[in-house]
Amino acid sequence: MTNWPVILNIAKTHLLTKFKSTLTAALGVTFGIASYITLVSFMTGLNTMLDDLILNQTPHVHLYNEIKPTAKQPVALYDDVQQSFQFIHSVKPKQNQKKIHNALPILNYLKEDKNVKGATPQARAQIFYISGSNELGGNLIGVDIMEEVKLSNISDYIVNGKPEDLKNSDSGILLGAGLAEKMSLKIGDRVQVSTVKGDLFPLKIVGIYQSGIADIDNSQSFVNLKTVQRILGETQNYITDINIKLNVIENAPVYSKKLSSLFSITATSVNEANAQFETGTNIRNLITYAVSITLLIVAGFGIYNILNMLIYEKMKDIAILKATGFSGKDVQLIFMSQAMIIGIVGGLLGLVLGFIFSVLIDHASFKTEALPTIDTYPVSFSISYYVIGIVFALISTFIAGYLPSNKARKIDPVKIIRGT
Amino acid sequence: MNLVLETKNINKHFLKPKDFHVLKDISFSVKKGEFASIMGKSGSGKSTLLYILSTMDTEYTGSLYLNNELITGKNHQELSRIRNKYVGFVFQFHYLLSEFSVLENVMLPAKKLAEKSHQEIEFLAMEKLKMLDIDKLALQRASRISGGEKQRVAIARALINNPIILMGDEPTGNLDSRNADNVFNIFKQLKEEQGLSLLIVTHDEDFAKKTDRIIQMEDGRIVS
Repeated sequence: MTNWPVILNIAKTHLLTKFKSTLTAALGVTFGIASYITLVSFMTGLNTMLDDLILNQTPHVHLYNEIKPTAKQPVALYDDVQQSFQFIHSVKPKQNQKKIHNALPILNYLKEDKNVKGATPQARAQIFYISGSNELGGNLIGVDIMEEVKLSNISDYIVNGKPEDLKNSDSGILLGAGLAEKMSLKIGDRVQVSTVKGDLFPLKIVGIYQSGIADIDNSQSFVNLKTVQRILGETQNYITDINIKLNVIENAPVYSKKLSSLFSITATSVNEANAQFETGTNIRNLITYAVSITLLIVAGFGIYNILNMLIYEKMKDIAILKATGFSGKDVQLIFMSQAMIIGIVGGLLGLVLGFIFSVLIDHASFKTEALPTIDTYPVSFSISYYVIGIVFALISTFIAGYLPSNKARKIDPVKIIRGT
Repeated sequence: MNLVLETKNINKHFLKPKDFHVLKDISFSVKKGEFASIMGKSGSGKSTLLYILSTMDTEYTGSLYLNNELITGKNHQELSRIRNKYVGFVFQFHYLLSEFSVLENVMLPAKKLAEKSHQEIEFLAMEKLKMLDIDKLALQRASRISGGEKQRVAIARALINNPIILMGDEPTGNLDSRNADNVFNIFKQLKEEQGLSLLIVTHDEDFAKKTDRIIQMEDGRIVS
């Protein structure tokens, strides 16, 4: 039979008369939790931003023709030499066309598929940007711009101009920001491009594209699909790449294998393309949690110390309580509830403080050339961090309170009262 | 026969620092409404006996009866409750919870017992304080009152659950003679007016002589 009102009343009196110690212990928890929340929100925000930076520009599945040697070399077809050693020198890649064979039927098939959120055709061309007597090497990507806007966040990276401008202009170009700077060009200017074969085409700049990745911005520009086909003198079915967004990104590896065998084409999934990013994310998370847990353990030791001291100070009170009929369990509950009150109050304050810090960071200005869409530091606000935070606060204070309170439970009142 | 407390062949050893037979075959009883005192030299085992009788010390052989009920062998939880309900205890050093008010100190054991409402307990506590003539101190912090007052508060606390027996370990040992007389008169009054049984360990011969019965202890035995 536990008499909670009495126990809580005693706990409350102890906490209030030792207000400074209580405050110190609670603030330990508060700062532990607040820094956990701030750290994890900030780190996750950064992680998400960095992942998005890459992943948004990577299709879930990418279809293209890869230039590589045939897996089965012709010599393998000769039965006569199968028993002998075979040496092949100077293996060359198989001659192949860049365009995807039967691209239009494949696109139609993909658009019908329920797993697919969307598929966009692209035609890539190696070209030179002509600026006076200088030639800058680069890529031209022909896209169906409105489809791209729907499926990727390309519009975030168009820093000047609108995607519609490209759609409406037959010879428009979204020039890479690095290129625009090198050639000191701006919207409305014209730029000459030359194909590998030497044909010259004038294009009108309708927008500037900045991905935040310098290599891309220094070489890549977007034009309409038709424009590339016209520059290269190819027909409407000249498509070199198909980018696929799936409804569920986790299906990408399986789906890419299926497409690869179905259309005998190279298919890369987002996982293969960006395996290293997942590793980076995991390691950053690991660091965040390691630091936070360390902070909370330190806070836990603070509570342990303060309760221990309190129990030494209150030895006589404990003896009296026991002599007047409080059981060991009651005494333990008195000190446990003190620890838990410190944990709850400190933890909740920590959540609030962590939230405030997160909001402050979220509003701190963070402008960088590399990330045109970002004005402030990225912070992730997820309720799960707050739940984990308060649960951890309660667990650590429980453990920190249990050990000293268990000692209080075992104190022998006779020894204390007799003063031996 | 109306026995409040009875012991049969209680033996106790202190094992540290070496085996010491501190209580030897203690058998005695206290009747209802009896005011008994235990006297003896230092080290004769009188305090040790008292703590066994108070149920706080459980490491002994023999048997202890409170209100004709066998107490020996019960678990700590039950013993706490018995101590709470049936035994009042007054110490030599007044031992109040210094952060609480006088009234709260007195009310605490009754709140723990939880048989009455808060209002009833408060009323009872005020009554006890009035009886001991310290009701004007009720709202003072326990750390702010004088020694004699503290001892009276401790007595009020011991009485709050209307115990069947009040035990004291030299309750006057730390008081001047005026306050000591005062405490004795309170005990006497409790015995006469309420029929309370009292068992007081004391060094004070004058105090002991005024009680109904003196239990003399020597070397762990009751000699008279």
